[in-house]
Amino acid sequence: MIELHVVLILMIICAIVAMEIKDLLSSVIALGAVGIGLTVEFLLLRAPDLAITQLVVEILSVIILIRATVGVKVPQENIKMRLGYFIFALVFVAVFLFFSKRAVAQLPSFGDPMMKIGSLYNSLALSKAGAANIVSSVILDFRAYDTLGEATVLFTAVIGVLTVLRASGRKK
Amino acid sequence: MSLYILCLVLFAIGIYCLLVKKNLVKKIVGLGIAEYALNLFFILLGYKSGGEAPILSRGLTANSFVDPLPQALILTSIVIGLAVTALMAAITLRLYEKYRTFDINEIRRLKG
Amino acid sequence: MKEKEQGMSLIVKRITRITVSLIFLFGVYIMLHGHLTPGGGFAGGVIIALSFIHVVLAFGKKESLKMLNDNVVSFFESLGGLLFLGIALSGLIGGYFFLNVLPKGKPFDLFSSGTIILSNIAIFLKVGVGLFAIFIALAILRVPRDDKEEVK
Repeated sequence: MIELHVVLILMIICAIVAMEIKDLLSSVIALGAVGIGLTVEFLLLRAPDLAITQLVVEILSVIILIRATVGVKVPQENIKMRLGYFIFALVFVAVFLFFSKRAVAQLPSFGDPMMKIGSLYNSLALSKAGAANIVSSVILDFRAYDTLGEATVLFTAVIGVLTVLRASGRKK
Repeated sequence: MSLYILCLVLFAIGIYCLLVKKNLVKKIVGLGIAEYALNLFFILLGYKSGGEAPILSRGLTANSFVDPLPQALILTSIVIGLAVTALMAAITLRLYEKYRTFDINEIRRLKG
Repeated sequence: MKEKEQGMSLIVKRITRITVSLIFLFGVYIMLHGHLTPGGGFAGGVIIALSFIHVVLAFGKKESLKMLNDNVVSFFESLGGLLFLGIALSGLIGGYFFLNVLPKGKPFDLFSSGTIILSNIAIFLKVGVGLFAIFIALAILRVPRDDKEEVK
């Protein structure tokens, strides 16, 4: 699977650009590039539901972040600390990868999942739920509690945004 | 194996951006990158080599699909990520309206 | 001049009138076929939120908020949430929460698979209208710009 590596390395380059660039608008657009790369990865990994959702969510997320950053003065970061930050970044990534490499060694290898519950869903989806799309039958029938919780979180987020951004202040 | 490591490198970049950058918009970008890496890691765990997308059609048996459970979990996670991003953008806009800056050092100093 | 013309130019408005209904229809298609093809309530909801946002961006806030005010938004948000909870409670007829009580129908048909299609409609309303409400709140907020401050 060489194309997975290529797209993932492209995503890493876009993430570094999004992190280090001065202009905030360019940073947000580079984040959009990372999301488009993620869409391609989902398509290559046989997850078309996630690819569609990720594509449209990415567009909406970039619109919201552009609304937050447009017309804002570009801040001046101090460049004196740049070398110290670079050394700190290298140490941080090295320590993180050292421990994660030992954790990854315990996981099943790529392309050979365990599928203890997944195979059960695969065989029961048509008889129990009657839907051809197995992912849809999992999120709306077998594990619908997850979706109920997700709806609650979304409702809470909408109420939070409307509370933070309400037009009139608290004048009595 | 190397795919897992690359995915964790992407996660490390996001966490580093979240920790080090002083700008609030940069912090939102870093959290978004870390979330993308986590979503990708779950889908990588559920991939079966030579598997098909989990949509039933005639002529496919139940053994020929990839794991549908991580896909169902991540599908809700993506939409929650969008809601979290919108909430953080709203709070950032309010802070900008009050303090006229995105720098967290400035915000803390003005509070006194 | 800025006060008179809300929104973008005439070309954008004319094209928007044609395309926005197609985008809306595509969202409804993605949602209705969510149990047969890739898609579902989440993707369809975000697509119709994007079509509303398209209208707001092209025509300006005042024109589009006449059609979609906050009463409509709160009605559909509540309707989506209550519909999903009602589907969950209807499973108690057969025994437990979230039981698929409706008849399954013939597989690979549009009207098959019991409550999944109704749940898709509920999620569709909830996600689409909720994200549109977030965008409206962000668009109405008037952040003072830096250049205006420097003039003063």
